[in-house]
Amino acid sequence: MSTGHVLMGLLAAGGRHGYDLKKAHDERFVGARPLAFGQVYATLERLQKKGFIEAVEIERVDGPDRTVYRLTDAGRADLAAWVGDVEPPAPFVANPFATKATIALLVGDADLASRYLRKQRAAHLDRMREYTRVKTDPSTPMSEVLAADYAIAHLDADLRWLETALDRITALHHPLTTESDDIS
Amino acid sequence: MNRHAPIPSLHPAGGATSDADRPVLSARSIVYSYGNTPALRGVSVQVGAGEIVAITGPSGSGKSTLMLCLAGVLQPDAGDVEFRGRLVSDASESERSALRRSDFGILFQFGQLVPELTAAENVALPLLLSGVKRKAAITAATTWLDRFGVADHAASRPTEMSGGQVQRAAAARAMVTEPSVLFADEPTGALDALAGEQVMSQIVRVARESATSVVIITHDATVAAYGDREVVVRDGMIDHARDGIGS
Repeated sequence: MSTGHVLMGLLAAGGRHGYDLKKAHDERFVGARPLAFGQVYATLERLQKKGFIEAVEIERVDGPDRTVYRLTDAGRADLAAWVGDVEPPAPFVANPFATKATIALLVGDADLASRYLRKQRAAHLDRMREYTRVKTDPSTPMSEVLAADYAIAHLDADLRWLETALDRITALHHPLTTESDDIS
Repeated sequence: MNRHAPIPSLHPAGGATSDADRPVLSARSIVYSYGNTPALRGVSVQVGAGEIVAITGPSGSGKSTLMLCLAGVLQPDAGDVEFRGRLVSDASESERSALRRSDFGILFQFGQLVPELTAAENVALPLLLSGVKRKAAITAATTWLDRFGVADHAASRPTEMSGGQVQRAAAARAMVTEPSVLFADEPTGALDALAGEQVMSQIVRVARESATSVVIITHDATVAAYGDREVVVRDGMIDHARDGIGS
């Protein structure tokens, strides 16, 4: 993700200083890695050198001086082009679950791999319940609903893979677990 | 068991178990076959008061058959289904039918509204069949359509409504008798993601407000995530290993 374009996007509605931008980023993009102040100031410096933003005033309240930046016409054009660009779909995303299941098969057996995959599946569904509660709460801001939708879609993809992996291992190695009288 | 006797209570008044502790609905070791093809092979499950349980599993796993047995639509070949301490599985068809009208609401994948009737008339139908006067039934139906956010379509026929609106009207019809348990069989299966989300979030909100237990049948994890708990059915049995409880 381009931090520069994200910061320019946050400047699109009006001038802000670095401290404000960092706060706005972390509040709006819940679940994203919080920006470090150093990263914010270094990025602002780079954007200013490129002519995409310009310093318009120094705010002097309590504490240190804060430089307020605003988007230039060149910055606005670059931002518009970036927003329209397609992000390349990643063909091979990292899959720590497959790695762990494979290692479980190597160091243990199918039961060990299945136990891990079942626990992972339950943890995924728990997390999906949390995001579902967030997105269906009428007071949740749109930015968080969109983030929750994205997280749910990814968890759903993982869950489908976990189901298939469990089916493969179960079908190959042992029959279905028998049921007992009470599941609650 | 005499199939035409009143539904007997397994927990006489004054027993040691309080209503709050007791599950609203429970199945014990139920077996059901379609001809020679077994669909359920000894399934036990409990649903608590106000609990939302998602029954999941692949196509043909037996989850819809389990729902039909829990709702008293099908009589299991063996095992018991109990609702509020009353044995449902051995009750007569007329007793089970009365129970479905008064205490159970059922929502299917394709709404199944009567196309010739308006949304309000469709929702009022269970009340009219129970002897409620037409004016009162239509008033109650409109209130329930409002709770599901489709009161604007009270005078519309199903063909004049979107799939999501039809399904919300169908949910209102399932809830109009204020049942103790709502059964929803793939309630979003025919809807796009956002329409499905509206249906599910409305069902959950209304169920929470009215302390109605909900049994959702689904193969979709994103729908199961609306539940408090998941029960996985595979090959006609509860797969304890898969729901994380048995691990």
